[in-house]
Amino acid sequence: MNRCAVIGVGQTHYTTKRRDVSIAGLVREAALRALDDAGLTFKDINAVVIGKAPDLFEGVMMPESYLADALGAAGKPMMRVHTAGSVGGSTALVGAGLIQGGVHDRVLVVAFEKQSESNATWALTTHPPFSSSLVVGAGGYFAPHIREYMRRTGAPGHIGTLVAVKDRLNALKNPYAHLRIPGIDRAMVESTPMLWEPIRYLETCPSSDGACAIVLSSEDKVTGTPAWVHGAAMRSEPMSRARRDTVSPQAGKDCAADVYRQAGITDPRRQIDVAEVYVPFSWYEPMWLENLGFTAEGEGWKVTESGATALDGDIPWNASGGVLSSNPIGASGLIRFAEAALQVRGMAGEHQVDGARLALGHAYGGGAQFFAMWIVGREKP
Amino acid sequence: MPSESGALVARHVLEFPGGYTRTTGPVIGRFLTELRAGRIVGVRTAEGTVLVPPLEYDPATGDAVTSEYVEVGPAGTVTASAWVHEPRPGHPLDRPFAWATIKLDGADTSLVHAVDAGNPKALAPGTRVWPVWRQARDGQITDISHFAPEVTKIVSQVRAEYRLQAGGALGVFLEGVGRGVFIGGSCATCGQVYVPLRGSCPECGTVITEQVELPDTGTITTFAINNLPDPRAPEVPFVSAYILLDGSDSPLIALVGGVPAHEVRQGMRVRAEWIPREEWTPSMANVRWFAPTGEPDVEL
Repeated sequence: MNRCAVIGVGQTHYTTKRRDVSIAGLVREAALRALDDAGLTFKDINAVVIGKAPDLFEGVMMPESYLADALGAAGKPMMRVHTAGSVGGSTALVGAGLIQGGVHDRVLVVAFEKQSESNATWALTTHPPFSSSLVVGAGGYFAPHIREYMRRTGAPGHIGTLVAVKDRLNALKNPYAHLRIPGIDRAMVESTPMLWEPIRYLETCPSSDGACAIVLSSEDKVTGTPAWVHGAAMRSEPMSRARRDTVSPQAGKDCAADVYRQAGITDPRRQIDVAEVYVPFSWYEPMWLENLGFTAEGEGWKVTESGATALDGDIPWNASGGVLSSNPIGASGLIRFAEAALQVRGMAGEHQVDGARLALGHAYGGGAQFFAMWIVGREKP
Repeated sequence: MPSESGALVARHVLEFPGGYTRTTGPVIGRFLTELRAGRIVGVRTAEGTVLVPPLEYDPATGDAVTSEYVEVGPAGTVTASAWVHEPRPGHPLDRPFAWATIKLDGADTSLVHAVDAGNPKALAPGTRVWPVWRQARDGQITDISHFAPEVTKIVSQVRAEYRLQAGGALGVFLEGVGRGVFIGGSCATCGQVYVPLRGSCPECGTVITEQVELPDTGTITTFAINNLPDPRAPEVPFVSAYILLDGSDSPLIALVGGVPAHEVRQGMRVRAEWIPREEWTPSMANVRWFAPTGEPDVEL
């Protein structure tokens, strides 16, 4: 397998409504910033891979065909990836695969969402006939699994508020973050209403407009500062599988085991310097700490409570502020992957983790049934 | 005129039959003629400024204006505005709007007109506005119906309509619900029981051929208390729960009722509460919700 590196990262500022740009203008803004970071132009790109969450979010069917011009894809291969909320991660991995397989030398990867064009809870709650299900939006789906996590582990109720505060404090150091709440603290989080109990308003992610782009390169064509891909893995599992563990899905464990094996990681908490993990509801930090093997089952909430995942902890999680602070859904996974790359390139700015050499990017989607992960490093694998 | 309310108050209307005429003179006449043609012109003063709307005599100097007419706009910039929350009968719009002074591109003075901005926040000094013309024009300032901000978004009415037919396994399940029973399927390979009945096993892919009739009792494994309203729930908060019917290995997600939301527990035993038999259809609407049976909780 050929080596692959991230040589450019571009993000838009994430916000509730980008009234000033079309979807095409939004993705182009991120793409141009990524190309600029790599010191390249569209002419230097061999193929474009684009990802976004369900078409029902913007009501634009097959947005990839509409966006080919904006992404300089004329005359080049272009494809679209869709794996629900994990799509940003999957899109990066499809792009990396094109480099690792020796098909292309430089691939532009872009993911976006313009959530302000409709309402995600509506789009995820369409009431198809004959259904016996009663789920209201993503929060309605995930709340019962959080409740089950709390029951199994005996985690105290304030753990979710700790993550909600920690990630928003990190967001204050990230100029691209959407939610920047000065003075955020536990009392503020606890004063917000329960939406889908046990999930409070400030324990959920915002609805954001935004796009993220990265430029991937083969070893021979690297420009600028590379972040090397040390491992890349995707897994899925059937949502309706009987006796499925919805708190700690098998696909997540398998995906982590695969990506760690590739990167030679046996002790993720010790070997990984910083992790950007898809945490759209605050309780998913302790849940994924266990699912990703950073700690033993039942111990995730203790790691969170100890402060280990804070920016000054021994294993910072979501130094960028994470999905809890910026959530253009289709892009949210790619932002995790891009932020991991920024960290090992030493280019994360005020939320840089000193000396970060190895970083995890993680995304999950659907009913926690799609997983995408990569490990990027400062040195060549 | 009859008096109103018996008091010494009377209504008195002065209205010249047919309305007064107004002879425009050449300057205002040109302006209105251009409006009828769908153009906006100003007139140049002797000092070189462009007055819009044109005046016959320059208010700054008192001199007659020149005979040079300059097409301006059609777009312009709002310099000031006043929001009208409740339009009156004589107003140009029947919805809340703004009176605004608008400096059209190429003009040195501002024109007063109505701006249809939707809400006061959409309008500020500096907002760019464009004229919206009437179809039938006859040479009046109202030939411009109003001004409106630039188009920055459109609404796209996307609608897809499907005809869904519940066939196969789902049809069998709903037919069962139509006579008050839950039909599941048992996988011959891995032994898992799925309800609703499925065509194949999501675990191992085996085609499911063995149907199983399940009781309408089960256990709540976990749940959410929803504080956001939903048309399928009678009120907020409502509980959506994972319910493992007795004998099933895959939970249903259904409404829980007959118990206050905060008294629902993981492990609670529940039974389907059916609507009256004469109202049954082949649909899950037959089950109003699942309600506690009163049995001891199950250890999860």
